[in-house]
Amino acid sequence: MKKTAIEGFATCLIVVGILLATSPSLQATNEASSAVAEVKIDNFSFGPQTLTVPVGATVTWTNRDDIPHTVVSSDDAFKSKVRDTDETFSYTFTKPGTYNYFCSIHPKMTGKVVVQ
Amino acid sequence: MTPERYKSKEETMPPQKHDLINQEMQDLNNDGIDRRGFLKCMAWAGTGLIWTMSGGVPVSQVFGKNLNSGKPGNFSFAQISDSHMGFNKPANPDVVATLQAAVDKINGLATAPEFLLHTGDISHLSKPDQFDTVDQVLKGASAKDVFFVPGEHDVLDDNGASYLARYGKNAQGAGWYSFDHKGVHFIGLVNVINLKSGGLGSLGAEQLEWMHRDVTHLKHSTPIVVFAHIPLWSVYPEWGWGTDDSEQALGYLKKFGSVTVLNGHIHQTMQKVEGNVTFHTAMSTAFPQPAPGQAASPGPMKVPAERLRSVLGVADLNYLRHPHSLAIVDSSLA
Repeated sequence: MKKTAIEGFATCLIVVGILLATSPSLQATNEASSAVAEVKIDNFSFGPQTLTVPVGATVTWTNRDDIPHTVVSSDDAFKSKVRDTDETFSYTFTKPGTYNYFCSIHPKMTGKVVVQ
Repeated sequence: MTPERYKSKEETMPPQKHDLINQEMQDLNNDGIDRRGFLKCMAWAGTGLIWTMSGGVPVSQVFGKNLNSGKPGNFSFAQISDSHMGFNKPANPDVVATLQAAVDKINGLATAPEFLLHTGDISHLSKPDQFDTVDQVLKGASAKDVFFVPGEHDVLDDNGASYLARYGKNAQGAGWYSFDHKGVHFIGLVNVINLKSGGLGSLGAEQLEWMHRDVTHLKHSTPIVVFAHIPLWSVYPEWGWGTDDSEQALGYLKKFGSVTVLNGHIHQTMQKVEGNVTFHTAMSTAFPQPAPGQAASPGPMKVPAERLRSVLGVADLNYLRHPHSLAIVDSSLA
C-alpha cells in the first residue's frame, strides 16, 4: 500500500516533469509552424522593409507592381523565380537570424527578415 | 545632380517637331559646355543635332534632312529599345502594334539605316515566344542586320543563358562584342548581369578587361559608339538609373576624339555631353516611364491612349565621315 503510494507519487512527478519539460516547446512549435507574414511589393519597394517573425514562420511576398520583380537572399538562402504582377513567392524560415534580400532585377530594392 | 538638370526632352520640347531651325550653340565656354544652355538649345532645335569636335569642345549645328545623301563613307543606323514584348498592362495593352509602328517609322526614314541597334528589354519576361515575336516584327525592317544587347528583362531566371543562345553567337562572356562599320567602332556592352544588392547596373571585371583590350589598338581618331541597356552615366541612381563601374569603361575611351554612348532602360530621351563623350538615351517602343523623381517609382506611366505614341519612339543616327560627326534624331511614333 505504502509502496504503491510512493510509486504513484513518483509516477505523478514524472508525468508532471514531462509535461513541464515538453509542453512549452510543443506550444511554441505549434505557434511558429502556423505563423504567417506578408510582404507587399509596391512602387519598387518591399513593405515592410524589415519584417520580424518567429522561427518556422512562412513569409509570402506579393508583387503588386506592373513590372516583374524577384526576391533573392543576399546569402543564397532563398531565391524566387521572376514574379510578375500579383504573383507570389513564399519561404519558411526554420533558423533564427537576419536575412537580407533584394530584387535581382532592380537591386536598389532591398529588404530584411529578422527571424527570432 | 538634380533631376531638373537632366530634364527629359519629352518634357522640354514638343515631340515630332521636324522643322529645321538654324541655330548654333551660344552657350559654350572654354571649360566645356553649359548644360542648361545645351538643353535649352535642344528644346529649340526640336529634331537633332550634329556633333563636331573642335578643340575638345562639342559644337552643335543644325541637322539637315538629307545630310547623308550621296557622300561616300556616310551612313545611318537606327536605335530601338525597350520593346518589352509580352507586356500587356494598361500603360500599353498592345506592344506588338507599337513595335510594328517603330519598324514602319524606320522604314520611312529619308535615309535608310544600314542596320539597327536594339538596346535591350527586347522581351518583358525572357520567354521564347516573346523573343520570337520581336524577331518576326523586326524581319519587316528594311535594315536586315540587328545588333542586340540584353536588358534585365531578357536575362530573368536563367542568368541570360537563353538570351545568349539566341543572340550571343558572336559575343563574348555574357553577350558583349564589338564590330566595325565604315570606320566607326561599335561596342555592345552588357550591364544587367550579376547585379549586387543595393547597387546599380554592372559591367564586371571580365568585361572591363575585354573592353580595354578591344580599344587598345584603335587610332585615337576612330569614332566610337558604345551601346548598352542601362545608362552608362548617372541619370538618377535613386531609381537605379546608372552603372556602378561605368567610369572605368569610359576611362578607356578618354583618348578618342569622338565617343557616343547610346542607352535605353529609362524609356525617355535624355542627353548629356561630357568632354569627348555624348550620352543619349532612346525612347521605348512599349511604354513611357516618368522623369526622374517625378513619380513614386520608375514603373510604367499611363498616358491617355491618344497620347501614347507621342511618348514612344526610335532614334535615327546619321554618321558623317567628314568631320566625324554623329547626328541623333529622335522620332516619336505619333
